[in-house]
Amino acid sequence: MQGGHDLGGKQGLGPINPESEAEEPVFHSEWERRIFGLTLATGMLGKWNIDQSRYARERQHPISYLENSYYENWYEGVSKLLVEKGLISEAELLSGISQQTVSREFHVPTREDVKKILSSGGPTEMRLDVGPVFCVGDHVRVIRNFTHGHSRVPAYVQGCVGKIEIHHGGHIFPDKSVEGLVSGEHLYAVRFSGKELWRSDIRNDEVIIDLWEPYLRSSN
Amino acid sequence: MPNDHDQDHTEPPSDIVLKVKALESLLVEKGLVNAAALDEIIETYEHKVGPRNGAHLVAKAWHDSDFKEKLLENPTEAAAALGYVGRQGEHLRVVENTPSQHNLVVCTLCSCYPWTVLGLPPAWYKSAPYRSRVVSEPRSVLREFGTELENEVVIRVWDSTSEMRYLVLPLRPAGTDGWTEAQLQQLVSRNSMIGVELAKSPAEINQTNQGIE
Repeated sequence: MQGGHDLGGKQGLGPINPESEAEEPVFHSEWERRIFGLTLATGMLGKWNIDQSRYARERQHPISYLENSYYENWYEGVSKLLVEKGLISEAELLSGISQQTVSREFHVPTREDVKKILSSGGPTEMRLDVGPVFCVGDHVRVIRNFTHGHSRVPAYVQGCVGKIEIHHGGHIFPDKSVEGLVSGEHLYAVRFSGKELWRSDIRNDEVIIDLWEPYLRSSN
Repeated sequence: MPNDHDQDHTEPPSDIVLKVKALESLLVEKGLVNAAALDEIIETYEHKVGPRNGAHLVAKAWHDSDFKEKLLENPTEAAAALGYVGRQGEHLRVVENTPSQHNLVVCTLCSCYPWTVLGLPPAWYKSAPYRSRVVSEPRSVLREFGTELENEVVIRVWDSTSEMRYLVLPLRPAGTDGWTEAQLQQLVSRNSMIGVELAKSPAEINQTNQGIE
């Protein structure tokens, strides 16, 4: 979906005003620390995957997405998932008071479990039976993908022609992963000239972006 | 909660503070989150994992050409050999700056970032202005960070839409011949590994050291 999160190339959002690297804390307040931890901890219950988690943050009114701070969007995402998966009710979310017990057919990670989970991560590379359609150097056109579901093909590259820079191998395909399906597709880094994406007088600037095979068509 | 005696001088807690507090107590009460596990997660990313990891990789690559070759060829393995493994670093790629090509990293759709080597991203990296502008006007974004590049230098902006995580290998600053790996490490800022700045010059380090003294 082309929601408030699909920001590449949008205009009028103002200056960046970066904080100085030496002075910026990891978290700017206690609640940020807590919602970060709660999001990762509940993610470890195995009730949703990273694409479902991203999609939950994206499914907001664009004005809310943009007005919220980063971790406010995390709160929106995780509370939506907890309710949708039936782990908490809307009333419990609003009151903060437990009203019903959850049937516990799953394991709640301990400190030791967390150490293992964080250090092993969640690789997405997959062995695929079918070889890649494209080779490094091939020209490809990005499909138009006006979908309501979750997708990782930003609006700003749709319809544009680029060149395959790297073949990353097979990786879990987000458009299926969001439905809870583990299905792999070939993933490529595709290079676009600034001229193709933005303006004819841009000389030297390029964007390289990772795109899965179903988003691409041959343009040789 | 604020201390009681401060109550009169403190702003009331904001909506989000209350909502997060309520959510945490609910999840702990329902047994969906283990409090010690929660602390472990927060401590890991606040204190253990950070940009010093990436600076270690960069300085080692500048210092040791064999390691540099490994780092460019198989970054995930090269980082793992130094103990930098885990979440949001499962599939690393290192992109090397050269005198004619400068690399820059963004995630326009969310906030993908190589946690294992840089820690959690700074607030500006996750902000709408950076995410929207860096792909379409990288030079004006660089100027906001005080970075000016010659017109001839090609800027490559890597938009991390997948689970590949990108780390920039900055150019080794001039005047650092014969420096040890530990000395070189001081020149590697987090921002230089995202690509919004260059690595520090020896003169900048001297200034900082004098500032501390």
